[in-house]
Amino acid sequence: MTALRIATGVPGTRILGIGSAQPENVVTNDDLSKIMDTNDEWIRERVGIVERRFAGEKDTVVSMAVEAGSKAIAAAGLTPADLDTVIVANCTTIAPIPNAAAQVADLIGIKAAGGFDLNAACAGFCYALGVASDLVRSGSSKRALVIGSEKLSDIVDPTDRSTAIIFADAAGAAVVGPSDEPGIGPVAWGTAGDLVDMIGMTEERNIYQEGQSVFRWATTKIAPIAMQALDLAGLKPSDIDVLIPHQANLRIVEAIAKKLRKEGAREDMVVADDIVTSGNTSSASVPMAMDHMRAAGRIHSGDVALLIGFGAGLSYAGQVVVCP
Amino acid sequence: MAEKPTDEEILAGLAEIVEEVAGVEADEVTAEKSFVDDLDIDSLSMVEIAVQAEDRFEVKIPDAELANLKTVGDAVTYVSKNA
Repeated sequence: MTALRIATGVPGTRILGIGSAQPENVVTNDDLSKIMDTNDEWIRERVGIVERRFAGEKDTVVSMAVEAGSKAIAAAGLTPADLDTVIVANCTTIAPIPNAAAQVADLIGIKAAGGFDLNAACAGFCYALGVASDLVRSGSSKRALVIGSEKLSDIVDPTDRSTAIIFADAAGAAVVGPSDEPGIGPVAWGTAGDLVDMIGMTEERNIYQEGQSVFRWATTKIAPIAMQALDLAGLKPSDIDVLIPHQANLRIVEAIAKKLRKEGAREDMVVADDIVTSGNTSSASVPMAMDHMRAAGRIHSGDVALLIGFGAGLSYAGQVVVCP
Repeated sequence: MAEKPTDEEILAGLAEIVEEVAGVEADEVTAEKSFVDDLDIDSLSMVEIAVQAEDRFEVKIPDAELANLKTVGDAVTYVSKNA
């Protein structure tokens, strides 16, 4: 038989633009202490969070994804017609059909987009970025919109101080397109199946986690995954300008940074700490942290950033990217 | 560690770890002290202490065991029995 024709790929991919969206409603630690047994000092010491945003009635996974995605397209200097693929990483939509990606594509105006949702919990954005990069590199997509959007307030028991103080709502997005010089490294991903029950949902559809076990895993196993992502990209720890771990808990972020510095990462490496004012927003946290740091002038175009997501599954994914 | 450490060596090692993790002076870390009530160490710091103690003394300290290690002396005894 005749050999099948395959798509013509491109030499590399890069992030062309990023954007993020948060609800207006700011909730401080003092606000939370009025409805549960906690206080500002306790929360700051345990997780490093000072305030977070909770969705209002009009805010949904889709609406926040549309806002973040639209900003990312504009930041890339593109229009919706320039894109053909939408991936929405999320684990908090209440109705699985229609999927969020199809709704987002329709609302933004990306016609006939290939669209699907991807659930790898808090690692979702880095998983989706890896998939999108490979779709573009192989020629299956010309440009892809990758979004992490979460409304965790829908799946948190508001009186449970072990989760309600941590999780929050937001979206972050990136446009991935072709590049002669590679600007997105290979993804290092996987799951730790023996820890599959460490984070999950109760019968009442509320999130739970085994805090100590997850903390142990994140503070000991994630830095080696980050090293693997660096190695796949052919870089050394000293090459990292910016470290953007999933914003799970400031103490986990600091532990990962400390381990990487022991491996040779620079003291002046910028470390994302967006959790302080945004809380833990699952798959939205990595792109939103990057967007906030860019807006604050803490990272610049061309900086080498190491992204690493980790969460329920337990799942993890990391890659090196060049900041747009 | 080639030879099994003595209780004094375990206590001294734990004190160093507690100082590094929680900023409590090593001299303060004595057998009768409670991690939570006397040394003000929270549940996540206990995990960090356990991870470092595992490396140092070649012992496994599962998360489920942490709740039983109320005092520094409890931890010394656990490490001594399991190292």
